[in-house]
Amino acid sequence: MKQLVTNIRDRYGYAWTVLQGLVKTDFKLRYQGSFLGIAWSVLKPLMMFCVMYVVFGKFLRMSDGTPTYPVVLLLGISSWQFVTESTNIGLRSVVDRGDLLRKIHFPNYIVVVSATIGALISFAINLVVVLIFALVARVQFTWRVVLLPLNIVELYAITLALTLLMATMYVYFRDIAHIWEVLQQLVFYGMPIIYPLTYVTNRGGVLADLARLELLNPFAQTIQDIRHNFIAPETQPTIWNQFSNWGIRLFPLVFTVVLLWLGVYLFRRNSRKFAEVM
Amino acid sequence: MSDEEMIEKIDYMKNPVVLSATHVSKCFKLPTEQATGLKQAFINWTKGIKGYKKQEVLKDISFEVHQGEFFGIVGRNGGGKSTLLKLISQIYYPENGSIAVTGKLVPFIELGVGFNPELTGRENVYLNGSLLGFTHEEVEAMYDDIVEFAELEEFMDQKLKNYSSGMQVRLAFSVAIKAQGDILVLDEVLAVGDEAFQRKCDAFFTEIKKDPSKTVILVTHDMNSVKKYCSRAMMIADGEVEAIGDPETVSQQYTLANLEAEEKAERKRQEERGGYPNGLNERCPLLKTIAVSPKVCSSADTFKFDVEYQYDEPGDFYLAIALHDIRRGGITYDTGAKVLKMKRHGHQTVHFEMPLNLFNNGEFRLITSLRTPSPSDPKGTDAVGVALDDNACSFVIRDNRNREYALLSDRALTIEPLDDSQVEKEPA
Repeated sequence: MKQLVTNIRDRYGYAWTVLQGLVKTDFKLRYQGSFLGIAWSVLKPLMMFCVMYVVFGKFLRMSDGTPTYPVVLLLGISSWQFVTESTNIGLRSVVDRGDLLRKIHFPNYIVVVSATIGALISFAINLVVVLIFALVARVQFTWRVVLLPLNIVELYAITLALTLLMATMYVYFRDIAHIWEVLQQLVFYGMPIIYPLTYVTNRGGVLADLARLELLNPFAQTIQDIRHNFIAPETQPTIWNQFSNWGIRLFPLVFTVVLLWLGVYLFRRNSRKFAEVM
Repeated sequence: MSDEEMIEKIDYMKNPVVLSATHVSKCFKLPTEQATGLKQAFINWTKGIKGYKKQEVLKDISFEVHQGEFFGIVGRNGGGKSTLLKLISQIYYPENGSIAVTGKLVPFIELGVGFNPELTGRENVYLNGSLLGFTHEEVEAMYDDIVEFAELEEFMDQKLKNYSSGMQVRLAFSVAIKAQGDILVLDEVLAVGDEAFQRKCDAFFTEIKKDPSKTVILVTHDMNSVKKYCSRAMMIADGEVEAIGDPETVSQQYTLANLEAEEKAERKRQEERGGYPNGLNERCPLLKTIAVSPKVCSSADTFKFDVEYQYDEPGDFYLAIALHDIRRGGITYDTGAKVLKMKRHGHQTVHFEMPLNLFNNGEFRLITSLRTPSPSDPKGTDAVGVALDDNACSFVIRDNRNREYALLSDRALTIEPLDDSQVEKEPA
């Protein structure tokens, strides 16, 4: 056991040190020079939520009518924000940190991981804000809250997988940044984030069946799970209560694992050449 | 026996090998087409264009560095030094062969990697340290040392963007040399800071040279620092190990290679001009100063050289020979225009010699001109031809007893105090 611990420390000690250094620096620099400083990391999501709530909840009346809807909306948006923030910063991270990679040797994946960790920190702050909203809205928490960390781990895994893949591609083809910009809009509207899934499924028919298939998207599945377990078990449909077939139920999870393996594999295979190619 | 001579005597070869490169080769793919877009990549792929050409930078390099050595790597620009350094630092990976490193290697390809202008000096030291693989605690332990060496105590809580460039470099350099690694890899970072800081660095290098546990690999163009600090040196030319061993020999070879390259460039320039070389003409188509002695001499040598000329016009003519000091500049010596009167016309070779005991180390060039009496000024002469560029003759004086700074050696000229009660002379 002791041997194992020292082995892990030898292997990942350096990576851990570098990761700490990079994440700390990024966080320090994020609100550098602004008057409110770190307060922005709470204020910004709060203000965004207000805008979203007024536009989608009040004007467009996309609400499913339940009292928890605003909190659910906030939770969905902040989860998706984590995905976009880490992919958009992460896919450029290898190139942006090029001067570093060309001058010292350290595990390259750290720059990608540090970008996603930075987004994860913002996500954690957002979750605290959501929690405050939930308390104000008198949400009844259930035992399912303990499942929340598992859902977040899955969301992180699929995001990291995608970020690693795109960061590798971005070194060779800068086009990927633009492609992803468009694609992420498609993914966003193809997911029940600003509209409740019940909004579509309640209409019945073929459309309802198609809408249910949105849950096969790992992002949709995890974000719905997070909403279901954290805030509203009664109102939020998940893949687990919409499908009974285990093949379908496990599809997003298997997809996530495969994509993560592919991302790590391709990144590692190409990372040796990053310093030369850039 | 002085302290420093003791160090010279240590046989590093008996120490364990901390860095070994075996048959390392590396080539780069230089893109011929811009291929950082999907479209271009697709077009290239359909047309079967590779889109790059291969350039071999290092060919089959093998060497070993032992613990405690101060190992110098020299070579001309574009010779593959920096690539080798990046391979050692594991930033690049070799195509063939392998590089094995034992212990913690701290590379400084460039000073202040990851320095951020928006962070304070303190934060930058910690960031730089963590990038080099030191934990927060380890950096804490080195911190005071680093700041003291950089002489920036009062500025550590200022943002880096408010530092002068000299201060930034000093901070970066202090992190570099105070970093507690086993192997320190430095790329041409010696010439930073003011004179006082340079002296400090000099003292530091002398000290680290004595430390048997620390290994230093230094890439530089400065032969003085190679001779001063290195216990062994290696010269890289065209991607191959040209010489390895005693720093004296290697630095001599490096100086020679530079002279040769210069001569080559001159020859090329002359070919481009066509016809007569620079300084010559139809009246005097040939005038050349040729070294007979080896081009690297010691002070005890007498430098022998020939002057070959072709001059057919009747009347008196003279040879004037000037000795130029390439590094220090200026004309060290001149024979005078109307002293060496030639007796024979036509194609001739004249032999000369010159003692070298007056001079300290240096690179010198002999420039000969062929002159005729001036019709207007009876005392003056007109130059008919001058042996420039390739026709001039360059040589080097290298002697362990010599110094580098002044032109004249202290054996040729000494300044003596008049009153011994005021001055005590230390033996040199």
